[in-house]
Amino acid sequence: MNKVYTADIPKTDRIQKLIDDLYSGTPTIESTRAEIITESHKATEGMSIYIRKSKAFRALMEKLPVVIRDDELIVGCNSYARRGCQTFPEFSNKWLEEEFDTVATRSADPFYISEETANKLREVHKYWEGRTTSELATSYMAPETLTAIEHNIFTVGNYFYNGIGHVSADYGKVLKIGFNGIYEYAKAEREKCKVTDSDYATRYYFLTAVMECCQAAITFAKRYAQAAREMAANCTDITRRGELQTIAEICENVPANGAKSFHEACQSFWFVQLLIQTESSGHSISPGRFDQYMYPYYKKDLDAGKITREQAQELIDCVWVKLNSLNKVRDALSAEGFAGYSMFQNLIVGGQDTSGMDATNDLSYMCISASMHVNLPQPSLSMRVWNGTPHDLMVKAAELTKTGIGLPAYYNDEIIIPALISRGLALEDARDYCVIGCVEPQKGGKTDGWHDAAFFNMLRPLELVFNNGVDKGVQVGPKTGRLEDFDTFEKLFDAYKKQMDYNIGLMVNADNAVDAAHMERCPLPFLSSMVTDCIGRGKSAQEGGAVYNFTGPQGFGIANVADGLYAINQLVYKTKEYTLHQVADALRNNFGMSYSEAYAKNLTVDVVKEIASKGYEISGDQISEIFAQISANDIEEGKKKEYQALLEKIKTMPKFGNDIDEVDLFGREVAYTYTKPVEKYKNPRGGRYHAGLYPVSANVPLGLQTGATPDGRLAGTPIADGVSPAAGSDVNGPTAAANSVAKLDHGIASNGTLFNMKFHPSALKGASGIEAFISLIRAFFDQKGMHMQFNVVSRETLRDAQLHPENYKNLVVRVAGYSALFTTLSKSLQDDIINRTEQGGF
Amino acid sequence: MNEYWNTSGRIFDIQKFSVHDGPGIRTIVFLKGCALRCRWCCNPESQSYEIQTMMQNGKEKVIGKDVTVREIIDDVKKDMPYYRRSGGGMTLSGGEMLCQSDFSYALLRCAKESAINTAVETTGFASYEKIERMLPYIDTVLMDIKHVDSKKHQEFTTQPNERILENAVKIAENAKKLIIRVPVIPTFNDTEAEIAAISKFAKSLKGVTEINLLPYHSFGRDKYEGLGREYLMGDLPSPTDEQMQRLKAVAISCGLNCKIGG
Repeated sequence: MNKVYTADIPKTDRIQKLIDDLYSGTPTIESTRAEIITESHKATEGMSIYIRKSKAFRALMEKLPVVIRDDELIVGCNSYARRGCQTFPEFSNKWLEEEFDTVATRSADPFYISEETANKLREVHKYWEGRTTSELATSYMAPETLTAIEHNIFTVGNYFYNGIGHVSADYGKVLKIGFNGIYEYAKAEREKCKVTDSDYATRYYFLTAVMECCQAAITFAKRYAQAAREMAANCTDITRRGELQTIAEICENVPANGAKSFHEACQSFWFVQLLIQTESSGHSISPGRFDQYMYPYYKKDLDAGKITREQAQELIDCVWVKLNSLNKVRDALSAEGFAGYSMFQNLIVGGQDTSGMDATNDLSYMCISASMHVNLPQPSLSMRVWNGTPHDLMVKAAELTKTGIGLPAYYNDEIIIPALISRGLALEDARDYCVIGCVEPQKGGKTDGWHDAAFFNMLRPLELVFNNGVDKGVQVGPKTGRLEDFDTFEKLFDAYKKQMDYNIGLMVNADNAVDAAHMERCPLPFLSSMVTDCIGRGKSAQEGGAVYNFTGPQGFGIANVADGLYAINQLVYKTKEYTLHQVADALRNNFGMSYSEAYAKNLTVDVVKEIASKGYEISGDQISEIFAQISANDIEEGKKKEYQALLEKIKTMPKFGNDIDEVDLFGREVAYTYTKPVEKYKNPRGGRYHAGLYPVSANVPLGLQTGATPDGRLAGTPIADGVSPAAGSDVNGPTAAANSVAKLDHGIASNGTLFNMKFHPSALKGASGIEAFISLIRAFFDQKGMHMQFNVVSRETLRDAQLHPENYKNLVVRVAGYSALFTTLSKSLQDDIINRTEQGGF
Repeated sequence: MNEYWNTSGRIFDIQKFSVHDGPGIRTIVFLKGCALRCRWCCNPESQSYEIQTMMQNGKEKVIGKDVTVREIIDDVKKDMPYYRRSGGGMTLSGGEMLCQSDFSYALLRCAKESAINTAVETTGFASYEKIERMLPYIDTVLMDIKHVDSKKHQEFTTQPNERILENAVKIAENAKKLIIRVPVIPTFNDTEAEIAAISKFAKSLKGVTEINLLPYHSFGRDKYEGLGREYLMGDLPSPTDEQMQRLKAVAISCGLNCKIGG
C-alpha cells in the first residue's frame, strides 16, 4: 500500500494574486455566445438538430474570446470579464429581457449589463421567439399542471428556463484518451451504422455531431496554445515566459490527446469543465471523484521526480480558483433559490473504490488543503465517509469545517450505496458514486440524473386541505372534503395524502414536458461524448443515451408539516381543546400577527389582480390603501387574542428535532407522503423518478408564497430547510436534532437529503472539540443518516456582516447544498441562516 | 430487573452533547440540592432541594422535577451511538449528587448495567460510606478541590474542607480514575501560591495525574436575579487567558497534566 501524505503544504503567492484579480470586477453579462450561436442556428435551419448543435458549438470554439490572465498556470475562460457570464437564449430569454433594468440592482446575485450588450441581446432574442425549450415545454404541459405551477405548489423553474446540467462527465476518459480518442470511438460506431437501420437518421447524425464537437474542443485549446506562444514571444519576464511556453505545449497536447503529466491532466480537466458549461447553461456540472481520476497522473509524475507535492498543490489550487471564475445569470426568483452566484460544481474526496476498499490518497488531503488555501465557495467540496474512512482524513476535513466556510459536506457511503443499488445501479457503480450539485448521489460519467428537477413545497397541499382544494378562488387540487368531514385525524391525514398524490402527479407531468422539450430542441452532443453509453447507443444524454437515467425532484417542509399535523392531532383530536375550524380561522388570520412587508405586497398584488380582472379601474392611492390595510391585519382584539393564544399553545407542543419519538416517527410518515408517490413514475428517457428531500435555498422565497401553517409558522416566513428541524425549534442540542433527522427514511430519498447544522465556533475548539465533532458525524451516520453540513460562524459575526458588509467580503457560509459569500445573499436568506438554531453545547 | 430502576429522585436539567465533563460526548444529569453555597455558583437554582420557580426571560420556569432512574436512563440511552463513537457516557452533576446518594447510586448502577460509561462531578462533601459504595460503578470521578485553607473554604462555600480533603485521599485509593478540578475564582483562589498548594495536594493523591482549571465566569448572574437573590460576585471579571496560562504552568510544575476547562 502507498504511504499517504497528509501534511499541509503552504499556499503560494500566485494563488492569492489570482484570487484578488478574479474578484477585482463586478460580475458582468456578455453577449458574444448568444450572438455566435444565433448566427449559427440561423445558417443551419432545416438541418438535423444534432448537426445544428454541433455546428453552433464549433462556431463557439472558433470565435469565443481567448483570454489568458496574469499568473495563470491553468487557462481557459468563456467571458472577457472576470466572473462574467454568457447567456443561453436557446433555453429561455424573456425573463432576462424583462429584468435588464433590474438585474444590476436586485438583492440576490446582481449582474452588470451595459446598454450595448442589452441591445445586442434584444436583437438576438428575436430569432428565438417560439424556438426555446421553455416555450415548447409550456406547450407540452397539461392545463391543470400550469394551474398548479401558477399557484406555487411546485416549481420546475430550473430546467424550464435553463439547461439541465447536474451531471458528472467521464473526466477520466478524456484524461486518458483525449478528444481524439473519443472522436475515433464515435467514428468507429458511426461506421457500424447501416443505411437500413431503423434509427440511422438519428444515430448517424448524432455520432457525426459528437465527432464535430470533439474536433471543436481541440480547436479551442489550440487557440490557447497559439495565444500563449504569442504572449511568450512578447514577454520580458523570463519566468513568466517559461510558464507561457509550458502552457502552449500543454494546450497543444490536451484535451486532444491523453494527458502526459499532472499539469496536463489539470488543464485537460479544466477545458472539459469549462466547455460543458459553454455548451449549455445547466449548472451543477460536478467534477465528482477528482482525487481518484487525477491520482494516476500525480503518482506517475511524483514517482518519476517530475513534480513536487508543492507544485502539484499549486496546480490544484489554480484549478480551484478557475472553478470560481464561472458564472451564470438566473431569473430573479431562481437567483434567490440558488443564491450566492453558485455553480454547484460538486467535487468529492474519499470513500470506497469500486471493490469496496478505502480510496483515500494524497490528493484527498490536497483537495481539502486547496479549499483552505482559496477560501472560496467553489468547488462545492464534499467528502464520502464510511466505516473505514481514516481518522486523519476526518480531522483534516474537520479543520476545514472549523474555518466556517461550510465545507466539506459529509456523505454516508453506508446508506447511499445501498440506496443507489435499490435504484438499479450495479454494486461497483454504486460504490463509485459521486455527488452532484447540492446533495444528489449518482455514478458519474454514466448517469443522466435530472437531479434538482423541481421544488415541491409540501406545505401548499396542506393549505389546500384546509380549503377543499381551492386556492385564491381556483380549484387547484381535488376536493378532499370540508373541515366538518374530518371527524378523525386519519381522515384529515388521508386528505393531505390525496392532495400530495395529485400534485406530485402534476409535477411529474411538468418535468416530463420539460424533459421532452430538451430532448427535442437541445440535445447536447459535446456533453454526450463524455457520458457512457451515449456513443454506443447512438443517442444523446437528453434522449436516454446514459446507462442510468433518473428524474429527481425534491420535496421540502417535512418538519413544518410534521409539527403542524402533530399539533392538530393533539389539540383537535386528542385533547379536543380546539376545533379544526378554529385552527383554520387562526391560519387564515395569520394567528392574529401582522404580515411581513414582502408578504403583504404579495397579498396586495393578488387583491389588485382580482379587482382588475373584474374590469374595475384601480388607482395608485387605492393600491396603497389596500396595502396599508393588509399590512395592519386589523382584526378584532378579542379574536386576535384568541389566535395568539393558539399560537402560544402550538409553540409549547413537541417539535421535530428534539429526539421525541412520537413526533419524529410521525415526521417519517410525512416524508413518505412525498417519497413514496414519486418513485412510481417514469421519465421520457426510460428512467425512473426518485425523491430528494432538500430545498437548496428555495425554502426562503417559496416560504414567501405560503400562508401561516399549523406548526405556528407565520405567513411568508421561511420553511424548514431540507430534512433539518424548523429554524429554532430544535432545543435539545445537536445529538437530539441528529437523532430526529436519522429517524427519517433516508434510503428511500436516493436523490439526496440535506441536514444543516450550525455551530458556534467555540464548539470546535481544541482537539477535544474536533474529536467530538467527528464522533457526532460518525454516530449520525451509524444511524443511517445520509448527509450533514455545518456552518461554523457565530451569530454575532453574521449580524455584524449584515451591518458592515465591506468588512466581510470573504465570509463564506453554508447556504444549502453549497457555500456562498454571505454578503452576496439577499437579506431574507441571510436572516434565515442567522436564525437556524446554533449548537453551542460543547 | 433490579429494584434500582424504580428509584426516584429530583433533577433540574439534562444536558446532551457535553464535552467538558468527562471523556467524549456525554449527557449530564443535573441533580437538585447541594450542601455547599459557593458564592460564585453558576447554577444557583441547583442548590436547594426544593422545587422552585425562577424567572427566565420574563417567564416563570419551574426548577426541579421528580423522575425515576428508568426515565433518566431511557433518555440517556438515546445518545448511545455518540458514546460509542467518542468514548462518552453519562455524567452526574448538580447540585451535588451525593445529597441524593440512593438515587445517584441507583443511576450509576443501572447505567453500568446498560453498558454506559459513567462519571460524577462532585464536591466530595458527604460521609465516605456514601461515596464508597458508588465507586465500583463510576468510571471517572471529577472532584473539586477549591482551596486547601479550610477557613477560606468555609468563608466562600459555607463549609470547611477537612472532610473533603480526607475523602479525596480515600477516593484516590479506590476510584478507577480521579481528576481534580479547580474553579479559579478571583479574590478566592486565583493566586499562583493558592493554585500551587492545591496542585501539590492533588499530586499527593494516589494515581492522580490530571488537574483541570475552570476559569470563573458570570453567566449565572441572571439566575440569581430570577430567583430573587443577590449576586455576591458583583462585576468581578473572568481571569484573563494570560493569567490562566500562568496558573496552568504552576500546576504543570507540580508534576500534573493540566487542562484549562473541562
